[in-house]
Amino acid sequence: MLHIYEPERDYATPAPLPEYSAGYAALEVVELTIDGRPVAVPQGTSVLRAAALAGINIPKLCATDALEAFGSCRLCLVEIAGRKGYPASCTTPVETGMAVTTQTGKLARLRRNVMELYISDHPLDCLTCAANGNCELQDMAGAVGLREVRYPEGGENHLQAERDHSNPYFSFDPAKCIVCSRCVRACEEVQGTFALTIAGRGFASRVAAGAEQPFIASDCVSCGACVQHCPTATLMENSIVEQGQPEHSVVTTCAYCGVGCGFRAEMKGEQVVNMLPWKNGGANRGHACVKGRFAFGYATHPDRVTTPMIRAAIDQPWQVVSWEEAVAFAAGRLREVQQQYGRNSIGGITSSRCTNEETYLVQKMVRAAFGNNNVDTCARVCHSPTGYGLKMTLGESAGTQNFDSVDEADVVMVIGANPTDGHPVFASRLKRRLRSGARLIVVDPRRIDLVQSPHIRADYHLPLRPGTNVAFINAMAHVIVSEGLEDRAFIEQRCDQAAFREWLQFIREPSHAPEQVAAVTGVDAEALRAAARLYAGGGNGAIYYGLGVTEHSQGSTMVMGIANLAMLTGNIGREGVGVNPLRGQNNVQGSCDMGSFPHELPGYQPIGDDGVRSQFEGAWQVELDPEPGFRIPNMFDEALAGNFRALYCQGEDIAQSDPNTRHVEAALRKLDCLIVQDIFLNETAKFAHVFLPGASFLEKDGTFTNAERRISRVRRVMTPLAGKADWEATMALSNALGYPMSYQHPAEIMDEIASLTPSFRGVSYTRLEQQGSIQWPCNETACEGTPVMHVDEFIRGKGLFVVTEYVPTEEKVTRRFPLLLTTGRILSQYNVGAQTRRTANSTWHAEDILEIHPHDAGDRGIGEGDRVSIGSRVGETTLRASLSERVQPGVVYTTFHHPVSGANVITTENSDWATDCPEYKVTAVEVRRTTAPSAWQQAHSEFHQEQQRLLKGGPGEVSRDAAEKA
Amino acid sequence: MATRIFVPSDTTARALGADAVAAAIEREALARKIDLELVRNGSRGLFWLEPLVEVETSAGRVAYGPVRAEDVGGLFEAGLCSGAARHASFQGRPEDIPFLRNQQRLTFSRVGLGDPLSLDNYIELDGFRGLSRALTMAGEDIVRWVTESGLRGRGGAAFPTGIKWRTVLDTPSPLKYVVCNADEGDSGTFADRLVMESDPYMLIEGMIIAGLAVGATQGYIYLRSEYPLAQRVMNEAIERAHAAGYLGEGIRGTSYRFDLEVRLGAGAYICGEETALLESLEGKRGMVRVKPPLPAVKGLFGQPTVVNNVLSLAAVPFILDRGPGAYADSGMGRSRGTLPFQLAGNIARGGLVELAFGATLRELLYDFGGGSRSGRPLRAVQVGGPLGAYLPESQWDTPLDYEAFAAMSAMLGHGGIVAFDDTVDLRQQARFAMEFCAVESCGKCTPCRIGSTRGVEVIDQLDADPEGNRVLLEELCETMTDGSLCAMGGMTPYPVLSALRQFPEDFTADREPCGSREPV
Repeated sequence: MLHIYEPERDYATPAPLPEYSAGYAALEVVELTIDGRPVAVPQGTSVLRAAALAGINIPKLCATDALEAFGSCRLCLVEIAGRKGYPASCTTPVETGMAVTTQTGKLARLRRNVMELYISDHPLDCLTCAANGNCELQDMAGAVGLREVRYPEGGENHLQAERDHSNPYFSFDPAKCIVCSRCVRACEEVQGTFALTIAGRGFASRVAAGAEQPFIASDCVSCGACVQHCPTATLMENSIVEQGQPEHSVVTTCAYCGVGCGFRAEMKGEQVVNMLPWKNGGANRGHACVKGRFAFGYATHPDRVTTPMIRAAIDQPWQVVSWEEAVAFAAGRLREVQQQYGRNSIGGITSSRCTNEETYLVQKMVRAAFGNNNVDTCARVCHSPTGYGLKMTLGESAGTQNFDSVDEADVVMVIGANPTDGHPVFASRLKRRLRSGARLIVVDPRRIDLVQSPHIRADYHLPLRPGTNVAFINAMAHVIVSEGLEDRAFIEQRCDQAAFREWLQFIREPSHAPEQVAAVTGVDAEALRAAARLYAGGGNGAIYYGLGVTEHSQGSTMVMGIANLAMLTGNIGREGVGVNPLRGQNNVQGSCDMGSFPHELPGYQPIGDDGVRSQFEGAWQVELDPEPGFRIPNMFDEALAGNFRALYCQGEDIAQSDPNTRHVEAALRKLDCLIVQDIFLNETAKFAHVFLPGASFLEKDGTFTNAERRISRVRRVMTPLAGKADWEATMALSNALGYPMSYQHPAEIMDEIASLTPSFRGVSYTRLEQQGSIQWPCNETACEGTPVMHVDEFIRGKGLFVVTEYVPTEEKVTRRFPLLLTTGRILSQYNVGAQTRRTANSTWHAEDILEIHPHDAGDRGIGEGDRVSIGSRVGETTLRASLSERVQPGVVYTTFHHPVSGANVITTENSDWATDCPEYKVTAVEVRRTTAPSAWQQAHSEFHQEQQRLLKGGPGEVSRDAAEKA
Repeated sequence: MATRIFVPSDTTARALGADAVAAAIEREALARKIDLELVRNGSRGLFWLEPLVEVETSAGRVAYGPVRAEDVGGLFEAGLCSGAARHASFQGRPEDIPFLRNQQRLTFSRVGLGDPLSLDNYIELDGFRGLSRALTMAGEDIVRWVTESGLRGRGGAAFPTGIKWRTVLDTPSPLKYVVCNADEGDSGTFADRLVMESDPYMLIEGMIIAGLAVGATQGYIYLRSEYPLAQRVMNEAIERAHAAGYLGEGIRGTSYRFDLEVRLGAGAYICGEETALLESLEGKRGMVRVKPPLPAVKGLFGQPTVVNNVLSLAAVPFILDRGPGAYADSGMGRSRGTLPFQLAGNIARGGLVELAFGATLRELLYDFGGGSRSGRPLRAVQVGGPLGAYLPESQWDTPLDYEAFAAMSAMLGHGGIVAFDDTVDLRQQARFAMEFCAVESCGKCTPCRIGSTRGVEVIDQLDADPEGNRVLLEELCETMTDGSLCAMGGMTPYPVLSALRQFPEDFTADREPCGSREPV
């Protein structure tokens, strides 16, 4: 385990990449000598990198291996036999037979004199500087032996330049800037935002955000790449300014989105000082976003509830109790309910934010200790159609590629996803590839940033009407088939022929022609045809999709339509292609993998299968119910019907995130026992009887599995604030229920998972330590894991084309509800916002806003910033409106990051036919100006205040006193 | 038959009143009922005689200059229309003026003879003959001819043009570019402007040939914004050449295509550096790029690109017309052909002098330039623009040859020659060199970005610590020379060190203050 603080080795310039053309040829090896030592490196390597690889340290400042060589600092000058002058080794590629000398008297003098120039315009405050101890300028001044600055005093300088503290997470001190442009280049090359530049020229050159604006007012997305790559204290994390340099670091995995970035948690004792993206992180390759990089303060936020609490009823004040008491109380309640209402009257919900091991334990406890299969997870409401659709067609419930694969994509089609906001680190990878020439098709009702942003422009943006995905994807396939663009050889060799023939007959029907479906989708037929031709004929075609695909009444159909399209064009089974769901939460893939669905045991093994079940029964020493249990929506319905009476909900805020909030709330109020395990008293916990304090990702060991099936270690860097990691809490509850669990460490849980799950057979903490991360399947045939799936054959054998008839959603605009509401995400906030709202990320997004097209706003007399009521057939809420042409006329858009917004008060219980995934993306609404919050919002506010009183004891105590007096 | 009178129309002549002269001639002719055909020709580059009015007579053209508007009446009185010798400004046949007669004009042979925009005139004067031949040749052969001509980059770096073209030719790409560097920013230089204002088709022809040679189909002229007239002339010439089938799809009935556009710079000297120029042309900040990759391999928009100075491209039509030998026959050593020198500064006869390599500075300064304009003794000459060395008289007999100049830490550069008389303070000139670098540095590399500013400060403080600061200044110059990314910082020490070493008396603490010398 990495526990000793030491900056990661920097090889100064990136590893050379050969020109890509139909696969990478191996690079030739070049042999040269550096300081007399023979060195052999791939062609295209810089002399500076070759030296670094050989352990020879040439001074450098502007070079770093995350960025292309720039050649500005002139410290890395060397001498090369037979060449005149002193070439910069960062920009000089190696050549066979080259004889490089890195240290001579002349070079020493040049370097020292260059350093003297730097220091002649640099404050001499090293001892009080935030970068002290981690400053490359300081290191290099030492390395070149600078002993004095001879330039006359009083010369021109920038020592009085004004600092910029506008960003909440980092500061900019231009006085310390050495104009190496690493920040500017990081913003361009790594992040792809182009927010930074150098203003002025010559001596006046200085880093500037935007048009010399404060950072916060510029296009900066606060990803932190500039700060990370700054060699001085010019761009510095405020946390380090305040607390000093870290003393050790631990590699762990981000707990935000499904990208699953590797981070080095940089620590002082048990305090996280900084989260630095890990260079070897397989998913992020050293990059991060504003959430993972900076928004970790929630972990120690005063709102954290760190003690177990119980209460008899939700109008009662919370009582702080010991773990033993809380767990005994909960177990007693659960057993009472089961005695009275039957074994099936209780259930559990696993968390997509907790670790694989924790999720596994919760479903195990439900199946083994509750004795039923009433377990579900929040993937129900996001990517359950992905699991279903990809399992049906390809044979496995997961995306087909790794993120690296995008580097070899020629045509990228993004459907119903907004990567720059939802999966920002992947978006940066994607944009990098797009800037180097890949083509882009965006299919989205909104004009997302990818459609046009600096140095990015989609070849085609197909703004379809919400709810018409399947009609669209069928039209794409129709064009490809009718124009003969399909990959016949692939289909013949790899796919089920009978199913293909049936599908072919279906897709050939003229009703699928783009000209026919244009009336439904609103997508221009010619543009759709052109996009189809591009996807089918433009080389490696890769599809990336998000919740805009799954969260529909035909979510599963659409996923299968996407798989059909990929198979039809042979875009599966190699680098650069594939079907890539961008999964929402950090461990939503993992929670699905771990058997969180009522009908599936870990590894998607059917509970109804006697062989599978008996294996688990043997391992768990318990008899399992062969019948699938309730899904989340069933739980709510059964609760309202009085049949479902108790729920254990770990790390999931169903009262905010699930559709039709009023329905959910009514169901929760009906429960006799609601056990909530979370780090905050969330919306759901307001209806709870038992609160078990959760542990953040910083407080426990375990693993997360990201959107590319990558299993990465989560490592404990601080003691759980409440004394127990979540897996320990679940264990305690299970033990109290009489089903014994006695794991000493999550590694033991993973061993059990591996023993019961074929696709995890080779996974172990030992291997994770060795490899850093593993992409499942990892087993006898793929012992290091599987970056790309379905290479020679599909997991299911032959790829299965599935007929995907378009069935319009029942949610239609009417005279009463003439607009379609669709929902999404924003960069700075995450999911229900429980974490990000408790950080300075709210600087960027303090409330949810309704985007409405100026035409629709004009019709309704709505102006920018007006409070508007949004009403659907199930509910009403109010938000402030923003006029935007990102949305098309007839469509309105919002996010659901703030509970008071009540976005899900409006969304309906319409859902995917196969998986019950809610149709969040389509709700018919009417919008009108208003001045007051909606009735629900008022009630919510009152309930919130009441629950806060009951939590804090004060007024609650008073009311209990009053009750006693009465 | 009408009387044909020529009044130059280039920027220099206009600055000296040529437009008023032309208007006066028209008025005068009208009043005298003379059937006048006024031609606004280009300038022949005899700037001390501008406005140089010429009249066509049966005995050839006769020149008068410099002519002021108020002289025009008297000129007519004195028999201008017949080329009479009675007026004081009479210069005789222009080709007999020694300044012109003693030149070897290969590139500038046509300049000033007629209306720069007249295609007929251009063709009449052997224009497009090089192109006609090039259209029949393989790219390979064109490149070989240019290589054999010995032509080297006239922008200053003197890199063999043929080798550069060869690299572009050999780099496979469906898209290649020819970029003409017309960001003529060196002090005392004007040859590029003279080509563009006075013989624009020659540049167009050279660029088309370059395109044919390397397989490029698009050309850009990166023109400094301070040349509005050149912009107008070039744009008009491009339009006319296009209309006449020399540009665009199917050049002169062949299957070749070449398009050409003029793009304006924004006033940065550094954009004359080829990689900064390419950045600027791409719409970015004018910052120097590292090499490799060479622009010939990865240039404009990442494609193989020929970047050549106006004079290099302008030399090409002659080479293709007369053959590489005709060009290579002139010159000395590895410096083949001619260099259009530009005489400026404190000089009696300023103007363009195209000479084969091998002449001396002294010949230029005295035989052509006629000594100082002030009448005082010449003391120093800066050759090659603001980054060129200051040469004392002891070095004026060095042959004008790239290698000979390099050997004395000097350079010919773009051929700009600025003369100074004995009132010059070389310490101030050294300071100015650093200051110029500080103002024009792109700011990318440290030696240039910080060093130039510190250089000014150290020179200002020389007297405070003569010993220490002199060492510091010399070390700074070493750092800039050996450490800078491009020639901007790398060559700024030339004028500084040459001043310091060749004119040490200007650097002593007890030196005579500048300008205190007695007038002669």
